[in-house]
Amino acid sequence: MFRCMLAVILVAFGAAARAEDSIRIGLTDPMSGAFAQTGQQNSQQAQYLLDSINSKGGALGRTFELVTYDNKLQPSEALIALQSMVDHNIPFVWSNAGSNVAAALIDGVEKHNARDPDHRVLYFTAGSTAPELTNEKCSFWFFRFVPTTEQFAEMLVRALPPEVKKVYLLNPDYLYGQAMQRDSTKFLAQYRPDVQAAGNELIPVGKVKDFSSYIAKIKASGAQALITGNFGPDLSLLIKAGTEAGLDVSYYTVWAGTGGTPTAIGPAGNSRVFALQAFNDNMADEQGDAALKDLVTRFRATHDYDFDAGSWRAMFELLQAAIQKAGSTDPAKVAQVLEGMTSRDMLGHEWAMRAEDHQVLMPYYVSVFTKDVKYDSEHTGLGWKVIKTYEGKDLALPTTCKMKRPAT
Amino acid sequence: MELLLVSVLNGLLYGMLLFMLASGLTLIFSIMGVLNFAHASLYMLGAYFAYEISRRVGFWVALVIAPLLCGLLGALIETYGLRKAHRHGHVAELLFTFGLAFIVEKLVLMVWGPTAVPYRVPPELDFTLFSVYGTHVSAYRGFILLISAAMFAAIWLLLTRTRMGFVIQASLSHPDMVASLGHNVPRVFTTVFAGGAALAGLAGVIGGNYLVTEPAMAFSMGPIVFVVVVFGGLGSLAGCFIASLIMGFVQTFAVVLDISPADLLARLGVAVTPATPLAEVLRVPLPRIGPFLPFLLMVFMLLVRPRGLLGTRDT
Repeated sequence: MFRCMLAVILVAFGAAARAEDSIRIGLTDPMSGAFAQTGQQNSQQAQYLLDSINSKGGALGRTFELVTYDNKLQPSEALIALQSMVDHNIPFVWSNAGSNVAAALIDGVEKHNARDPDHRVLYFTAGSTAPELTNEKCSFWFFRFVPTTEQFAEMLVRALPPEVKKVYLLNPDYLYGQAMQRDSTKFLAQYRPDVQAAGNELIPVGKVKDFSSYIAKIKASGAQALITGNFGPDLSLLIKAGTEAGLDVSYYTVWAGTGGTPTAIGPAGNSRVFALQAFNDNMADEQGDAALKDLVTRFRATHDYDFDAGSWRAMFELLQAAIQKAGSTDPAKVAQVLEGMTSRDMLGHEWAMRAEDHQVLMPYYVSVFTKDVKYDSEHTGLGWKVIKTYEGKDLALPTTCKMKRPAT
Repeated sequence: MELLLVSVLNGLLYGMLLFMLASGLTLIFSIMGVLNFAHASLYMLGAYFAYEISRRVGFWVALVIAPLLCGLLGALIETYGLRKAHRHGHVAELLFTFGLAFIVEKLVLMVWGPTAVPYRVPPELDFTLFSVYGTHVSAYRGFILLISAAMFAAIWLLLTRTRMGFVIQASLSHPDMVASLGHNVPRVFTTVFAGGAALAGLAGVIGGNYLVTEPAMAFSMGPIVFVVVVFGGLGSLAGCFIASLIMGFVQTFAVVLDISPADLLARLGVAVTPATPLAEVLRVPLPRIGPFLPFLLMVFMLLVRPRGLLGTRDT
């Protein structure tokens, strides 16, 4: 009788303690509004990866728990989400979409950590790519697990095959697109002085419906390749208009692999459209071990969109290792350990968290949209096949960050 | 020369696509005095209906059925919604269609999801019709031109050569007189609204696979159609037609002509230096502001000729 009661008490106590003890990560992304899909797919994929990490023991014998907060892609909403996370003592803050959101959160986290040193938080992103965040705005409390737009421009330029001598640059007309334009031009001069920019254009975001006039202009310029930072409908419509007019160029894009674009491009994009990717199902199948293959197969069986966030696995593993090594979830200790930490991802490539600016050096891939793959993208019959792999250290760019580390 | 010819073709095509969308709106606007904010939503529904029908029974069935469905929807909206709102004046009508546009967008998001659907050009029309200096012109683009030209002719004949057209025209200018002659004006309104909705649906069927079928398509197409209607003038199909073509050409040539106001001034012998007032604005090349030119033209038109290009009345 006594034993039985003891067991009940222990079990009840144990359960309570476990729930209390989970390591919470607060994810704030757009969960409603026009960009809800991004946020929802982000959180579903993160949950899927964390489940897999938890099944192998989590960190410090505790499991990871994902708590999501909607920010509607608004910096002000993200700050409210941050306050809510702080109120609930969540030590790890995570956001992806929107560099403006990230900039606001960096400021918010800096202020909070200075004001309340006993309940500090660590903030990381896997989606905000403005170079400023790890340069002028760099913070000890902020870590970035995605390349910058400057690195994107470099990757696209270096992926141009040697026979290409004329390129056309086309980018959205705001801060991001202007940076893409500036950096692409810079890297063309650095890596491919033999290549001439046949055209250099900025287009209003989301306003152009008929791209055929741009296509006529690109054709007249004699360009063999197009480098574009366009995304969403601006990218789909551009490629559609180009393939329809029989424009003979290769499309070097940053975002053609993301939600809905493969569907809109369709079979006409076969072996013409290139995209930058951190992960795709086919690379996992070709290079991955059994565990990774299993992860991908199970994902495809249970989700109806591409497993494009697969690389977050390595990010979570770095966090897991840092917590393990720090022996605590105290953000200050974890941040200290995370600085300069390295690990290998499931494809065998190195990830390193650069100490001087907290910018990750991670592998990245250039893929081509082709029929010649095992796993297709968005049921189009075509999928992404890696044609070029960059190691993290190949992509290291200098930083202007002057990191202020806490005194203790 | 080569670029010019291709651009004329592109401008013509885009203009005709705009006309397909705007003709229905201008009919409704001119006859009922209602600026139907949900018009582009019917265009979107036309595209989604066509996608659903064409993947089951084929594109050609969709070409007929989807506009009819939109027309039916339009009749229901007019009879059970707009007519009730009408009693409370134009503002109520405006707000009603405005709200409807949001509801349609949400419904589309719920049913078809937030990303583009694979609505494609039918294989029968997916070939190159001819080439102009190496730029392919697909059969589908020819088809769009054909359909929109046929549509223009049909509406024109209907309005000017048939009894029904006379009644509609008369309801536009003298609704009370038409009613006292024994015509059922509310039914004329319903017919016109349904007809306009069907035209929007047809534009959706044609434009949905030429462009991209996604939930944002209504809100991205809405403003430019509004511009065409206002620019062309209320109650004028011909004005709407000309305005559509002008907007098509303006947007196409704005992209191709890589000049800025500063370049034009330079030709006139005025050099723009950083010290010149508004130098930043004057140096912006035309392609960067191309999509905004129609709005600029509309504002200009409203200032100098509020009734629009071929408008018949000022309200």
